[in-house]
Amino acid sequence: MPKAADWNIGDELPVMKTEPLTRHALALYCGASGDHNPIHVDYDYAKEAGLDDVIAHGMLSMGYLGKMLTNWIPQKQIRSYQARFTAMTHIGETVCCSGRIANKWEEGGKWMAKIELFADTPQAQTIIGEAEVFLN
Amino acid sequence: MIDKNLIGYSFEPVQLAVEVGRLKFVAKALGLTDPVYSDAEKARAEGYSDLLAPPTFPFMLESDAFELDRLCDFFEQNVRRLLHAEQKFTYHQPICAGDQITFVKTIREIFEKKNGQLEFVVSDNTLTNQHDILCVESQTTYVFRNA
Repeated sequence: MPKAADWNIGDELPVMKTEPLTRHALALYCGASGDHNPIHVDYDYAKEAGLDDVIAHGMLSMGYLGKMLTNWIPQKQIRSYQARFTAMTHIGETVCCSGRIANKWEEGGKWMAKIELFADTPQAQTIIGEAEVFLN
Repeated sequence: MIDKNLIGYSFEPVQLAVEVGRLKFVAKALGLTDPVYSDAEKARAEGYSDLLAPPTFPFMLESDAFELDRLCDFFEQNVRRLLHAEQKFTYHQPICAGDQITFVKTIREIFEKKNGQLEFVVSDNTLTNQHDILCVESQTTYVFRNA
């Protein structure tokens, strides 16, 4: 668990890299998440929609990025978390989740930090995100 | 073109039960290894009432409450043209297994980019628990690709 004094602007959070995404992983996420859009699991549907293959849920990558964050800090210390989906994630790609401290300030006796968050596949940056966390 | 008169429209509130099995399934799908997401005893030891719902779970409740097909029909749009553009969460109170969440969705903005090739729908959502405590505020942005 991070100690407020140990973390400063510019510091990088421990990176988390997933295994290459499988169709099975997308099927599990489809069922678990309740997002049943066939574009994520049905090859024929994806082809008809003009894609080469199914694509991963943006929220799956946001979930992985959230896991990277909660590996670093307990969830109760996250005040806000947001993501902008900037590119598609494809089957077989790894998702590399990273973050860095963009700002740090004191508020009501607590240390807060703004974390810039990124999800990257080998091909593209797929999420640009941000979280505000309590450091203590 | 999506009817801009829908800006400000609130859907009927939807009641959703947060189930243990669902949270375990989510923990599996996301590979969450912290036991607060899968072991009720460990979650209680951390001060939670039961299994903790992970940070992106509020969107899963949104998916339950507003199925994409029906949502697209509502906006008179084709689900094949739908993409999730942006997602925001502000956390006030943990959501745990056993909670009964009331999900309220209100349309905040409808706007176009690239001469109408992209149409954005932004909604503000609140998730309130059975004790009338606001747990999470979220904002969901969908984009429809018309080109």
